[in-house]
Formats: sequence, structure tokens, C-alpha cells
Amino acid sequence: MSGHKVNNFVLKMANVNGTGSASANGLVSKAIFRMGVPMSAKNFFPSNIQGLPTWYEIRISGDGYRARAGQVDVMVAMNAQTYKRDVAEVCSGGYLIYDSTWPWDEQLSRDDVTFIGVPFARMASEAFTGSRIRILMKNVIYAGALAALLDIDMAVIKQLLKDQFGDKQHLIDANHKAIALGYDFAKENFDCPLHCRLESDSKTDGQIVIDGNAAAALGCLYAGATVGAWYPITPSTSLMDAFAGYCNKFRSGDEGNRFMIIQAEDELAAIGMVVGASWNGARAFTPTSGPGISLMSEFIGFAYYTEIPAVLFDIQRVGPSTGMPTRTQQCDILICAYASHGDTQHVCLYPANPEECFEMAADAFDLAERLQTPVFVVSDLDIGMNEWACPEFTWDDARRPDRGEVLDAEQLAAIEKFHRYLDDDNDGIAARSLPGVHPKGAYFTRGSGHNKFGGYTEDADEYQEVLDRLKFKFNEARHRVPAAVESGAHDGEVGIIAYGSSDGAMIEALDRLKEQGLDAAYLRIRGFPFGSEVQKFIDRHEVVFIVEQNRDAQMRTLLMNDLGVRRDDLVPLLHYSGLPIYADFIVQGVLNHLQQRKTA
Amino acid sequence: MSHIAKPAARHPGQPVNKLGFSERDYEGGMSTLCAGCGHDSITAALVKAFFELDIEPHRVAKLSGIGCSSKTPAYFLSASHGFNSVHGRMPSVVTGANAAERSMAYVGVSGDGDSLSIGIGQFAHAVRRNLNMLYIIENNGVYGLTKGQFSASADLGSKPKKGAPNQLSPIDPVNMAISMGASFVARSFSGDKDQLVPLIKAGIRHDGFALIDVISPCVTFNDHDGSTKSYQYTRDNIVETIHTDFVPPRQEITVDFASGEVTSVRLHDGSHMLLKKVDKAYNADDRAAAISYIQHHQAEGRVVTGLLYFDGAEPEFHQVSGTCQEPLRDLPHNELCPGSEALAKLMKGYR
Ligand SMILES: Cc1ncc(C[n+]2csc(CCOP(=O)(O)OP(=O)(O)O)c2C)c(N)n1
Ligand code: SF4
Ligand SMILES: [Mg+2]
Repeated sequence: MSGHKVNNFVLKMANVNGTGSASANGLVSKAIFRMGVPMSAKNFFPSNIQGLPTWYEIRISGDGYRARAGQVDVMVAMNAQTYKRDVAEVCSGGYLIYDSTWPWDEQLSRDDVTFIGVPFARMASEAFTGSRIRILMKNVIYAGALAALLDIDMAVIKQLLKDQFGDKQHLIDANHKAIALGYDFAKENFDCPLHCRLESDSKTDGQIVIDGNAAAALGCLYAGATVGAWYPITPSTSLMDAFAGYCNKFRSGDEGNRFMIIQAEDELAAIGMVVGASWNGARAFTPTSGPGISLMSEFIGFAYYTEIPAVLFDIQRVGPSTGMPTRTQQCDILICAYASHGDTQHVCLYPANPEECFEMAADAFDLAERLQTPVFVVSDLDIGMNEWACPEFTWDDARRPDRGEVLDAEQLAAIEKFHRYLDDDNDGIAARSLPGVHPKGAYFTRGSGHNKFGGYTEDADEYQEVLDRLKFKFNEARHRVPAAVESGAHDGEVGIIAYGSSDGAMIEALDRLKEQGLDAAYLRIRGFPFGSEVQKFIDRHEVVFIVEQNRDAQMRTLLMNDLGVRRDDLVPLLHYSGLPIYADFIVQGVLNHLQQRKTA
Repeated sequence: MSHIAKPAARHPGQPVNKLGFSERDYEGGMSTLCAGCGHDSITAALVKAFFELDIEPHRVAKLSGIGCSSKTPAYFLSASHGFNSVHGRMPSVVTGANAAERSMAYVGVSGDGDSLSIGIGQFAHAVRRNLNMLYIIENNGVYGLTKGQFSASADLGSKPKKGAPNQLSPIDPVNMAISMGASFVARSFSGDKDQLVPLIKAGIRHDGFALIDVISPCVTFNDHDGSTKSYQYTRDNIVETIHTDFVPPRQEITVDFASGEVTSVRLHDGSHMLLKKVDKAYNADDRAAAISYIQHHQAEGRVVTGLLYFDGAEPEFHQVSGTCQEPLRDLPHNELCPGSEALAKLMKGYR
């Protein structure tokens, strides 16, 4: 054993999909969090309902690092199918806990790993009756063993069970029994705690554990979104599920629902519904993933050209095509920025964590209505479906939605004639009117050529005039989207650009690089079109890396296209395996490139 | 070239409706369709129907897809918001618009190509949701706007201007809608204004999805001998089942019910439909019988028209969803945003 790892190790559970391991795993991670120890948890699951392998990885980091660590210290191997790879993944000096109901295949053993056998299945079948309950309780028994082995606070576990099961005493009793079985067995048979262990702290005070999709749904609720249309697709489904849950809690009553959630027949219809609702003055959104964006493209271009607000959440998963639906990537950067035929470009926001999912969801509605255009919140599976510790969300009660330039009945009555696409104040934005409000507000929305008055046109000048204003308006969006944030060194030669869910790995990588003597600057892009700070950052550094989770360096293409950056001025570091990026990948990539430069 | 508006000269002698509007106030821009196109007659019927319904034009939204038929919302109700969407996707836009504002009247105009080929999915699901709207299919058996290719509603054996007769079975929106649970299904003919106008009025006032499939000949590509969607063929083969008269709320119904051939059906706003049986054997409240009757006549090349199915009790889209009465778009922010205190409380649940 290389040394004690207190509040600083990776615990991973290898399970079989559909065996109810999620609640036991959640119990362990929540208990660690409530002990005041920073942690984040990731699910690695197959596109399957039952039977295939699934993993749950808890990164325990007293320093607050939230990315995947890239190595495992303690493995709970509950799936014989994956023993081989699970053993291989444990780092030297680490531990592997397995079910000793069946003999262990010595061929799988390693000298540098401690193997801990607990007869989980036998204990479960002796203590419980019924096959389903036995399978479930087997998981809870390993949670109990972990409590002893890792020194998890039992009082915290008991409180969690109470919070979870409320007055269902029989469930609390069963869980207590299973926890005690595992705990006592470990205490009696092994030296507890292990070298990897926990110690109570206070570092999670003021924090919560939430996934990005629930956070985004909460942002929609607080922004006052009333119409949500969707077609189920992993990994975006939980966003609408969460929105429905919040709406039922906060927006239903005797007078009826103050929301409408429509499960559409497909994504073409989902975006059509969003466009129709927004045209008619409601705040509307659709959550989807890459395949959905492909289908929605025609309507996205329509909304861009007719200037109808729309909020889209793209929870990215691995493409192309169906790809790997339950794995993460940042592979829709270009399609979101340019979805649809013709000259179109779209405002995009790139949240890096749940707290930004919450904020950017709310901001997206303001931007969409202010700019009268589709706005994409480009999240991913890692942010959307994994559990992140983050600061409690807050809301400013003085905040009012920015509904943009919408003429009300009085304003319409006062003007001589309303023209839909006339930009009176030269900000690129033309005031709109809503149907049914005032006779003078009527106009014809059309995706065919139109002039600034809203009339049909095939006249070159009239057509171009509108198209040029749209470009001008898009440029104005530069100052409205969230600015890129800079951290790290101020006067170094090396700059690194990243965005979205690479943030956790980036923060950690910067620290690691510093330990190796490289003080790099970090710019995190948060919105498209890019602000001037992005250009300045690139100009200021001798070497600029761009870290992305896709194969083709899509953000680099976007930077080249939008800012005129030269391709060779951005060195891509690309991680696209489908697993979330980790710090060491960035560290090695940076150091290798710099070494090559030196020798070249 | 920009939008052509008709001269808005007021003729002092023109009759006005209860709101003081003349029929002119329900008209739109000048049609750019071919002279004699059936679609223009449907436009005229819509103008008349809305005028007679005493609806404020701006409380109507008119939406469409793409096609010659889908252009027509520009030719009526110029004082209403119009929406030319993308090909085959009008139903989803109406669904969203209706979700946001449930108190307005929605009329969707589509073509047989728009609704039965590219848009068949959205059409079917609008029916299924019993979306509160009037849905008109201007059915000519061809894609007019792309120069006359057969559409999915072309009848077996119908002859094109050039080339071989159609060899594929037609998709009939009326049969489809009845079998999928639609609450108001009618067929009419662009050349029969007397039948069409009351159907439009009843369709607007019906609380739910009202489909009117209107045979609307394309004079340029499908009005020749051998076509089953021509003016002549339709006139020769029309079979009217039930004639509908529309009686607005609070107007006295003066009709003789004694013969048993006229029934009165009350609509949600208090108006009435008077259904006069032309064919005594027809029942508009029996789905299976309606489909069998229509298909039987179709097999003989006949076009069955009138209000073919009606069920006034089916809950519409918002009723099913349990939405509040007030239009969602009008709800004040404080009724939508739970505020900081509720958030702080909610956050405790994520510890
Ligand atoms: C996505 C897409 N594909 C193809 C077209 C070309 N297109 C325009 S109208 C039309 C057919 C319209 O037929 P129908 O709905 O029957 O209308 P009609 O012109 O006969 O009234 C087609 C194929 C289009 N506008 N959009
Ligand atoms: S092509 Fe046919 S459908 Fe189109 S306007 Fe002419 S007659 Fe009407
Ligand atoms: Mg047609």
C-alpha cells in the first residue's frame, strides 16, 4: 500500500443492469456527501434495460475535483461477467471486494491488489425470503460492508434511510438488517477501516447533489416556461420527467394545470409545437439529443428566418447515427450552431455543470425572446445524467423574465400600422405582436422570402435587407450570451480552451500541470457567438490548446469560422471514447505537444 | 413583388354582421392561384362563414403547411394572424399555438399532399389529440405546386394528363379520421358552397378536432376526362348523406322535426347544428357503419359528402391535459415562478 488515502480515492461498483443496485449505490454516495466529503458520482450504463453490465463510480475528493479520476482504488465487483476487466482496472495497492458465495478464480488474482471476499448472495438468501428482495438486499449488504471498510458514518446512513422511506417501517427495518449484516461481517473478518477511508468534514456545507437535467428543468420552471414538447430520447428524457415533477408540485391545483407537457409523435412535431407556442406568446422548450436535432432542423431554420423564439436542450450523446446512446460526447457543436439549410446560425450556451444548467436554462428563455430566435442549451450525458455536488441554487425574486420586444394592445392601438420585420431602433430586433391581442397586430408569418414589412417577396434587395439584418442581430448576440471565463496564469505562454463538461478535468489538469512547472491559462467558452475575450485570449498566448470531447475538433471549426482563427493556431486535444474526459488525458496531451515543439 | 392587398373601398350599402363588420373585412389578399382553382372557392366559403359567425377576425389564427392550398390563408382574414409553416407540419404548430392560448379559434388549411404524404403523421396525431381546431384538406389528388404529380389521395385508376393511370390505393382522410377517433368528420366539394359554409361554421364552433375534406379540383393538372378529382366527375358522382344547417346561439330554430328526418345537435357555445338526412339510412354517430357506408360507395366510384361523423362529448386536448382555463401565455410570472423561498426549501431535498 502506497499510503493512506483519506477522503481521496475512487470507489467503483460493478453491477448487472436491472438488479436494483442504483439505490444501494446512491445510499453510499449520499452518505459520503452528508459526511461533508466532496464527491461526484457517474453511471456507466449500457443501452439496455436488464442484464448487461453497468458501473457506478464515486470520485471522493477532499480537494473538490469533480471529474473522472481515470483510476480506481476500491472496486466492488458484483458482476462475474466483468471480473476480468474490473480486476484489471484497480490501481496498484487497491482493493477488490467480491461475492465469496462462489469460489474466486485464482487466475484472476493480482499480487498488488487486496481481495476481500464477502458471501453477499449467501447472506441475502439466509436472511431474506423472495428472489427479488434477496437480489435487492444483496446490494444493501455490500453498502453495509463498505460502511465498515471505509468508515462511513452509520448515523448518516440511518438518517438517509429514514429520509428515503419515511413511514414505511418495514422497508427501513429490512434495510437496517441488511446494512448490519454487511457491516458486522466486515468488522469481524477484516481490518477495518482500509487504507482508503473517509473522515467527516464540512466541505459540502451549502451544497446539494443534483444531475444537470433536473437542474435544467428547474431553470425552465423558474423562467416561467409553460409549454414543453418532447419525444423520449436518452439522455434527455429525465429533463422532461423532472419538469413534470416540478410542475405537478408547484403548478397544479383546483383551477387546473398552469403548464402543458406534450409527448409529441416525433421530434419534428415537438419542435413544431415549441414554435407554435412561442409564436403565440408562451415560453416553450424541447429537450432532445443529437438524433432529435437532426430531425428538427427544418423547423429550426424556419424559426430562425421567421424570428420565433425557441429553447432547445441538446443533451449530447455519442454519435454518429444512433451511436452509443448511453455514453457521453460533445459531438453536436456544429449541428447546433448551424442547424438547417440556408444561411442559418444559432445562439448556443454551453453549461459545464448543474448549477450552470439551472442558470442557463433560465437565461435561454430571456435570450430567445429578446433575440427572437432559437437558443440551444448544449449539455451532455455526463452533466445531464450524473450526480454532481454543487452549490445550492439561488433565485433573485426581483428577476423578471425578459419577454423581448412584444407590442401589447395599447401600443398596437397607438401606432399607425404594424410591420413585423421593421427594426425601428436599429438594434437588429423588430418588435413582434402576438395573435389575438389587437386587430392592428395581424401579420403573416412565412418561411418563404419576405421583406421588412412581412410581405412575400422575391425581390433581391428586399430579401437581402432582411437577411442582412438577421446577421446584424446575430452579431449583437455576442454581447448577450454568457462571456467566456478565464482562470489560471495571467502572463504565461500556454493557454487552454475548453467548454462544457470538460471543465472538471480542466481544473484538475491545471493543478497537475502547475505541479510539473507549467502555469497555463484556462478559458472556458460559455456561449456562441463568441465575445471578443475569446479572440484576445487566443492572441495573447504562444500556444493555445483546445480540449474537446469529439473526434473532429468541432469547436475549433466554429472558432475558425466565427473569429477567423487559423487552424494551426489551435492545438486540439480530443477525447471521444464515450467516457467522460479525465485530467491526466489533458496533462499528457499538453506535455507531449510541448515536448514535440521543443524538439521540432 | 410584395403582398397584393385588395382595395378596401367600403360600399355603404354592404350588409354588416353583429360586430359591424362587412364581408369585406373577412377577405384577404388577392389570390395568385390559377383561375378556376377549387381552392379559391373554399377561400370564399371561409370568408362567408367567418362573416356569418360574427367572429372578430383578430381572434382567429389561420395556419397552413406548403402547397397551393396552403397558400390560401393569405387570401382570407387579412386581419388575422397567419402562419405558413413547413410542408406537412401545420398540425404541430397549431398544437403548440393552441396549448399557449386556448380561447382563440384556429383554422388549419392543408392539401392532400401536405396532410396525407409528408404530413400524415402529424395529421393523425392531431386527430388523436382531439385538438380544438378546424382542419380543412383541399383535396385535388395531386401536388399542384410541384406541377401535378399524383398524391396519396389519387384514386385507383385515375388518369393523369400524361402517362399511366394511378396504380396505388388511395389514402382517404375521412376513413382514417373516423377510425382514429375523430370527433367531427365531414366531406364536401369546393363547388357546393351551400353545403360547405354551414359545415365550416359548425366545425369552428365544435369543441374539438373538426375535419372537412373538401374535393377541390386542380384545373391545371387534374381536371381532365379520366380524372376522378375533376369538377365533372365529382358533380356526377356526389352522394350527399346529411345536410347541415348552422344556427347561432340564441337564434330561434324554425324547423319541422316531425318527419324525424331533421335532428338538432347543440354545440358547446350554445349554437346548433340541424342535420337533415338526405339518405335516411345514414347514421352520423356510428363509426363502423359510417366507414362501411363510405367504403361501399367508394368502391362504386361515388363521393359521399356531408357531416359523416360527429361526437360532441369527446374531451378535447386541454380537457384531457387538465389545463387551467386561463390561456397559459397570459399567466402572470408570480403564478409560474415559485420564488426563492420555495427554492431554498426544495434545495434541502437535494442534500
Ligand atoms: C420538405 C419539402 N419537400 C418538398 C417540398 C415541395 N413541395 C411543395 S408543395 C408540395 C406538394 C403540395 O401538395 P398538396 O399539399 O396536395 O397541395 P396542392 O398544391 O395540391 O394544393 C411539395 C412536394 C417542400 N416544400 N418541402
Ligand atoms: S396548380 Fe392546381 S392546385 Fe395549384 S393553383 Fe393551379 S389549379 Fe390550383
Ligand atoms: Mg393537392
